[in-house]
Amino acid sequence: MTKPKTLEKFREVQAEIARSGAAIFRDAAGAESLVIRYPYAVEYIHSYAEDSPFFLGLAEGKLLGSRCTNPRCRFLYATPRGHCMVCGKPTEWFELPKQGRVHSWTTCHFGGEAFLSETPYNLALVEFAGARSVLLARLKDCTESEIYVGMPVEARFSPTPKYSITDVWFVPAGR
Amino acid sequence: MSPRASRSARARRTPSRPSPSRSSRGRRVYLVTGGVTKFAKAHPAMDFRLMVKRAYDYAAKGVPNLTADRIDGSRIAYFSDHFSRQLKAASMVQDYLGLNPKGSVRIEWGGATGGECFQAAYEAVASGRMDVCLAAGYETMSRVATWKGNEFIALASDTNFDFPLGGFYTGYYALMVVRHIYEYLRKGKFAGVKDEREAQRLAIAEGQRVMSWVSVKNHTNALHNPYAQYPKRLSVDDVLRSEMISYPLTREQICTMSDGAAVALLCDESRAKEFTDKPVRITGVGCGTDTMRLADRPFGKVPLFAHEKASDYEGLDYPGVHSFRAGRSAGLEAYRMAGITDPLRQLDFIELHDAYASSEIQTYEDLGLCRYGEGYDFTLSGAPFLKGLEYGLDVPEAGKIPVNPSGGLIACGHPVGATGLMQAVFAFWQLQGSVRKHFGDGTLQIRDAKRGAIHSHAGTGSSVTVSILERGF
Repeated sequence: MTKPKTLEKFREVQAEIARSGAAIFRDAAGAESLVIRYPYAVEYIHSYAEDSPFFLGLAEGKLLGSRCTNPRCRFLYATPRGHCMVCGKPTEWFELPKQGRVHSWTTCHFGGEAFLSETPYNLALVEFAGARSVLLARLKDCTESEIYVGMPVEARFSPTPKYSITDVWFVPAGR
Repeated sequence: MSPRASRSARARRTPSRPSPSRSSRGRRVYLVTGGVTKFAKAHPAMDFRLMVKRAYDYAAKGVPNLTADRIDGSRIAYFSDHFSRQLKAASMVQDYLGLNPKGSVRIEWGGATGGECFQAAYEAVASGRMDVCLAAGYETMSRVATWKGNEFIALASDTNFDFPLGGFYTGYYALMVVRHIYEYLRKGKFAGVKDEREAQRLAIAEGQRVMSWVSVKNHTNALHNPYAQYPKRLSVDDVLRSEMISYPLTREQICTMSDGAAVALLCDESRAKEFTDKPVRITGVGCGTDTMRLADRPFGKVPLFAHEKASDYEGLDYPGVHSFRAGRSAGLEAYRMAGITDPLRQLDFIELHDAYASSEIQTYEDLGLCRYGEGYDFTLSGAPFLKGLEYGLDVPEAGKIPVNPSGGLIACGHPVGATGLMQAVFAFWQLQGSVRKHFGDGTLQIRDAKRGAIHSHAGTGSSVTVSILERGF
């Protein structure tokens, strides 16, 4: 049995454990630590619960917000929620227009590991006429230099829905 | 008329007295010692237990009269079970420090985990449940690759609506600052530019320039802090030219992943005097919250500080995504308790949660150092810079209220569970006047500092704590 390789750069340790499963890291003070690869994978049984109609709606090309049922409140949410955060009453589903405007935006040049292959991608908070909150979505078919606050955008829906928020995205209006 | 009735009738006639200040509802609480490990990209030779032990041993040296049996219990903080894949890790810290079978509980509240831990220890002492309580926090973020770590952090956003879009916190803060720039630079300094898109480009460029000032300040301060992870001399151009992470935020405007631990020891008044001749009193604690999703933030009115008027904010939808209502709420509560009505003059320094240079500027406004909309000019005035340091920038008002004299999260690092406690320890040393002793360099010591604030902030401002610390000797 050969002893794991001793390395003095942490990056090299990372590469070595990916290759062989173990390495010894020697720090500047001479302390040696055994470092191993320790994988972890898990599948969740994720329920959308009360948010489910929104995701089913995307598959039908509908963008569903929710509206408070309290006649004195009627708060209209662009990102739906089952109960109103203002008055606590239940909400009802409400179909949002497919056109909106950019409330704020960014272009991500990095992302969580699972999303690195998709960079660069744009995110936009989209506002809709009448709604008192906004919706976060990807903004496609345009680049950093074209996007601005107030830009008219319209929704597009995936023809092959995966029942994810990524089933809807926005593009510049008229494109 | 019965005596009882006459008493109550008299009570009704007596003009109502102001309600007692909140501090009188509990015992006085003091910070008597603290310790911090050097924050680093990776500490493979120490697991989380040993890191906390090192910080604890350092703290213990500061209070020679303290023996472990005098500690009544602990509050132990770390953010994510994912980073070490060890659940109930706080129990292992309690165990390693030899504090069993005393009471302890794990504290977690996103990025504000350290600040919440500090306040949980405060509450344990203020309530009389404990006389001496240890607050300890850590994070070992090096146990996964950087972009996997970003994914873990982003799991602290709504996994139905937000996470699947990119799993990236820097993206969320970029969305917030783009709107902040729109509200206050586009509609302010660049209001006169007719072409909308041109005006927004100019405003963002100006916002990036000012954010770079914050980065230069914090990295420069950290040159004199041996605990800091990334001390460096930078120019505004260096910051602007560093890699774009999420437009308009560049790499040097963002904190990084870190390993580190910090502890603070809190106790009541009589023990404080027994343990040290230089205790620091916690005179205010505040905490605020906001919606987890940025998209749900309401468009309402600004809760005002004493020095603000409703007319200052006519037509402003607040907080929207541009400001941290939780930070404002936390500040209001902590200031009220500490009797602060004019933070700019009544605070000598602030250690605040600058995970992003943008959020430092937004936080100046939340904490009332300037009005909403004035954060950029406030930065350029030099007010949050230290006096006497060479930043390569023109900072005429330097020293007015130094912000992040330690270097903040951007330069010190952000091992989440330790961060808020690191701020407490650095603030403690400032107020003791012991920065030279602990840093081996007195450059960052603010002369005669009597009162400071620490500010800890979780995911897009979904929860924020503010604590006020005052010299107690």
